[in-house]
Amino acid sequence: MTSTTTAPATGAESAPKRSKRSSGGPSLGRYIIIRALLIIPTVFILVTLVFLLMRTTGDPITAKFGGQLPPDQLAERIHAAGFDRPLFVQYFEYLGQLLTGDFGTTLTNNRPVTEVLFTYGAATMELAFYSLIVAFLIGIPGGLIAAYFRDKGQDASLRVFAILCYATPVFFSGLLLKLVFSVWLGVLPVNGRASTGATIAIETLPNPTGFYTIDALMTGDPAVLGDVLAHAVLPSIALGLLTAGIFLRLVRTNVIGTLSTDYVDAARSRGVSEYRLVRKHAYRPALIPIITVIGLQIALLLGGAVLTETTFEWKGLGFMLAEFLKARDFVAVQGIVVLLAVIVALTNFIVDIIAAFIDPRVRY
Amino acid sequence: MSTTNTVVSIERLGVSFSTDAGAVKAVDDVTLSVERGEVLAIVGESGSGKTVTAKTILGLLPETATASGAVILSNKAGTGKHDIVSVSKRKLRDIRGADVAMVFQEPSTALNPVYTVGWQIIEGLRAHSEISKKDARAKAIDVLRRVGIPDPETRIDHYPHQFSGGQKQRIVIAMALVLDPGLIVADEPTTALDVTVQAEILDLLRRCRDEFDMGIVLITHNMGVVADLADRVAVMYQGKVVEQATAEQLFADPQDDYTKALLAAVPYVGTGTAKTAARAAARPEGWAEGTPVVEAKGLEIAYPGRFGRQGFRAVNGVDFVIRPGEVLGLVGESGSGKTTIGRAIAGLTKVTGGSLSVLGHEMNGIREREFRQVRSRIGFVFQDPASSFNPLLTIAECVAEPLVVHGRAQNAADARHRVDELLEAVQLPRAYGDRYPHELSGGQRQRASLARALALEPELLIADEPTSALDVSVQARVLELFDELQREFGFASLFISHDLAVVDLLADRIAVLYRGELVEEGTGAEVLGAPRDPYTQRLLASLPVPDPGAQAERREELRRLREAD
Amino acid sequence: MTTASIPAVPKRRLRDRLPVVHQLRQSVGLQRGMLVAGLVITALFVLTALLAPVISPYGFAQLRGPDGRFGAQQPPSAEHLLGTTSGGFDVLSRVLWGAQTALFVIIVAVVCSLFIGVLLGLVSGYFGGWFDRVLVVVCDAIYAFPSLLLAISLSIVISGGQSSLWGGILAAALSITVVFIPQYFRVIRAETVRIKAESYVESAKVLGAPHARIMFRHVLRNATRTLPLIFTLNASEAILTLAGLGFLGFGIEPTAAAEWGYDLNKAVADVTSGIWWTALFPGLAIVLAVLGITLVGESLNDLADPRLRGRRRVAQSAGEVAETSVVPGGTLVAGPGGLRGLEDEATFDEHGIEVER
Repeated sequence: MTSTTTAPATGAESAPKRSKRSSGGPSLGRYIIIRALLIIPTVFILVTLVFLLMRTTGDPITAKFGGQLPPDQLAERIHAAGFDRPLFVQYFEYLGQLLTGDFGTTLTNNRPVTEVLFTYGAATMELAFYSLIVAFLIGIPGGLIAAYFRDKGQDASLRVFAILCYATPVFFSGLLLKLVFSVWLGVLPVNGRASTGATIAIETLPNPTGFYTIDALMTGDPAVLGDVLAHAVLPSIALGLLTAGIFLRLVRTNVIGTLSTDYVDAARSRGVSEYRLVRKHAYRPALIPIITVIGLQIALLLGGAVLTETTFEWKGLGFMLAEFLKARDFVAVQGIVVLLAVIVALTNFIVDIIAAFIDPRVRY
Repeated sequence: MSTTNTVVSIERLGVSFSTDAGAVKAVDDVTLSVERGEVLAIVGESGSGKTVTAKTILGLLPETATASGAVILSNKAGTGKHDIVSVSKRKLRDIRGADVAMVFQEPSTALNPVYTVGWQIIEGLRAHSEISKKDARAKAIDVLRRVGIPDPETRIDHYPHQFSGGQKQRIVIAMALVLDPGLIVADEPTTALDVTVQAEILDLLRRCRDEFDMGIVLITHNMGVVADLADRVAVMYQGKVVEQATAEQLFADPQDDYTKALLAAVPYVGTGTAKTAARAAARPEGWAEGTPVVEAKGLEIAYPGRFGRQGFRAVNGVDFVIRPGEVLGLVGESGSGKTTIGRAIAGLTKVTGGSLSVLGHEMNGIREREFRQVRSRIGFVFQDPASSFNPLLTIAECVAEPLVVHGRAQNAADARHRVDELLEAVQLPRAYGDRYPHELSGGQRQRASLARALALEPELLIADEPTSALDVSVQARVLELFDELQREFGFASLFISHDLAVVDLLADRIAVLYRGELVEEGTGAEVLGAPRDPYTQRLLASLPVPDPGAQAERREELRRLREAD
Repeated sequence: MTTASIPAVPKRRLRDRLPVVHQLRQSVGLQRGMLVAGLVITALFVLTALLAPVISPYGFAQLRGPDGRFGAQQPPSAEHLLGTTSGGFDVLSRVLWGAQTALFVIIVAVVCSLFIGVLLGLVSGYFGGWFDRVLVVVCDAIYAFPSLLLAISLSIVISGGQSSLWGGILAAALSITVVFIPQYFRVIRAETVRIKAESYVESAKVLGAPHARIMFRHVLRNATRTLPLIFTLNASEAILTLAGLGFLGFGIEPTAAAEWGYDLNKAVADVTSGIWWTALFPGLAIVLAVLGITLVGESLNDLADPRLRGRRRVAQSAGEVAETSVVPGGTLVAGPGGLRGLEDEATFDEHGIEVER
């Protein structure tokens, strides 16, 4: 090692008499607090960035109605909405609004943005949840198998599969799946979250959650549940495959990395089976970097959700985002993007905490 | 001993690796055998094939390797024999751990960080026998106690990072012992450890041999370790065994030329004393009263903590001086702060307290701008020859760098004449100037490093463990060169090392550092001949000497010191 | 001993020093197969892009031939090998011309982000301090954000949505650039921080070399070794982002340039009615282009990491013993690991060398 790092590092090592590094050592509680505090700048930066980007082209009213309304009416509406004040005043006002949970009102139909977020957020979360399941089911065993059969036929085919998953845009894989399963084979529905009948059954529930799977269970009608699940299959696979490819690669690389460590060799020298070496000794330490990177993939998943929802007319936040973008409703766009940013920041936080929990070096 | 006691017999072993450069033979026609209750040391320098031989015994070779010949391994009871080279994978798994176990070089990487040590010991037990979890746990606690882990009932549930380096190595040994194999292969078991910890681990291995009646294959490059532990020695060079003898015989009467050269290259404590005395006598009158090159008074260096945590104080209230033309040897184990002091003198680490005066400049609070001119009067030789040169520049360009930076030359071509002189001074052929760093060996690179450090004829040279990454024979030549250059150029020097014997060879005075504090300082005769501080005494007694007879006496001495504690 | 017995080492030949060529020669078996496949597909993509005006049967915005209008949604036929789109364009021509658009965007995006990201990463990593901390937090925030959304926001800012060929290409490329800067920044910064601690940089500091000299002479050139790898990964991501933008309607007007994502967007409705050719071919074009570039990137990644690199097996006890201890570059580490030093050092010089287990 280099001389810079040895001095402080080994210094900490040279106090072996303490059984637990209580003083000055890392502790989980402290880690969680520091990590939680780091969310604030992240969200703040993203909100600022989104706000500035959305405003550099001008105010949302002009973007939406410019050319449609006479100039005096336009100016009046701009003034009424307060978009003619200095940008930083608007910025601080926006920050203040956000803190009180106010995301503004859409220009298209004058609905509070928060209402849009609540109505459509559940659909996106449902889709993300199902596709994560697909991604985990394919990615993790696939990665382990590829690492186990490293450089053999199984490995090569799994890797090509992973690259294909990554190389295929979700809207293309979505279209292909639709073409094969809905149009040609006709076994699965083409679009949407549920057929008309099921939608009515769900929306007449007294307290729908917005998660159609849960709502369908509440209706108690197996036909409704079947219909909802059938609609979820193709979008979940399309979006799940994208992430599965990345998970597979990630698991494979990290497991191969840990397989070449001394402790795996040491376990091998104790007569531990090859299967167990991969499954226990290599997998668990590899999991720590894997989980951290999986956290970063949430961003990719949400980006993919926008495309998947558009392809399958899955009425979630992504679908609405595309609609609002087409309608140049930047107040709504801003609201959705800020919410997604907060979700990403929170997910990364949770993921880092999980990773820390798995790592005893942080836990104790 | 009768031949039925043979635990492993290696016959005409050959191992080849495929590399980017093509096939390379690492082990060639090696024949060895180990008896129960015997320690066979395989000695050699890097590339000699000793580690490959050791790994072959456990069938741990990578897939890129192919082996020929036979490695016949017997179990402890002597009832079963297997040829590791040809045995099936399944059988190999049964043999590993049960009949032969391995102790690794780096205890911190040989333990899986995410499982408790108990889990890892029990896993090995349960891989070989139908044993209940409760019994396995009891057995694991028992073996931890036997290797000297205090309070094993609690410690069994701790994770590896909660143990010190020496304790980790004890746990690795415990894992090797738990199934009571007939043979332990120890691959450089003490290289990563400090010398005082090394002595304890060697004692533990000796107990393995004596109390458990095991055979041990000890892989090492350290002749002192060999003298301490080995019954028989095999010397390997370029993949072949060049000499095999009992330890006494080998040290007393080496036969092969390579063995002779190897033994001659090992530094002994005490060889430098006479030379130092001669040099001291030759100093002019009043030399001791002259202005020192470096003077530290109550020097403190602390590294800041992160997120408001308490910082780590690496150096704490240290006083010393280096006078013109004098070599101060700074000795200490890892974490003692010796490297930090060297870096502070070179202005690479900030001084946080006390006073450090370098060439008349106070380093506490100095700004880089003021210090830049002083830099041309200081040379630095780094520890790691692999990274001390920019891989994209030729050696000549690297050596010319100080000349160009300080305006003595326009560019590397302009400085070439001077560079050639310097290369000659460090005994490197001029043509080497056109080579890239990776085309030189470690020893050559350290010599080029010396040439670069001396390019501006500095008054002070800081050498931070310049030979610790080198083979012993290469080390001897670099040290010799350092000595010659020091006489020729007459620079003052801070020579940092963890090895008392190396420091003794070169230093006029020796300072011993322990956990950031200077515990003892004096001439080699004073510090090594009659150490006053208990830590120095222990350090000295822990250092194994390459002579089995003398080492046995030293071991006694160390035992006395420990008991006195 | 070791020092004395080193024979003259021939200088590395040029072909061994060129980035991709060296790796190609180094690779074996499946890894070589992947690299070669990737290189072939990528070459095909680049050639198509360059030769699109020559090989394409019609223009990308051409609606009528000598026999009048092409007609919309025509199935593949002799005149239109891959059929026509719902807008009445020739699918084959748009697929071929689309390669050109994609290539332009890749070049602009990668070059811009490369320069800015590398410079920022170098300065930030080298000097550290509050400037570094702020940049790291900003870049991490952007990195964690869905890049497609960021690109959409930017394309609105830059071009107000849709525009001409160069306007559209620049808009798409710049949106992608901003998304990629954090990636280059992270990689180069991490490398810089690592290299900063290497002895040769410390040695330059001890000499009193000025910061600019240390940064550009010692750090930068050594920090850029991973760039070919990120370059390929980003190139493939650029294609996907461009297609995503086009699919959502924020790409380039169909009359300004051919763009695969836009064509796929228009094909969504066709698929429901069983018209497959309008979606399949632009989609396959995207998949192939990304596949090729990713294969190259993955192979380079594997070859750069000694733990992932595969190697030939050797015949029983082949090779010369002498090579063991007289490795070009010499033995690096004393005692431990008699095996170290066997590796070809050319690629991992300052890392020291690792041996596969």
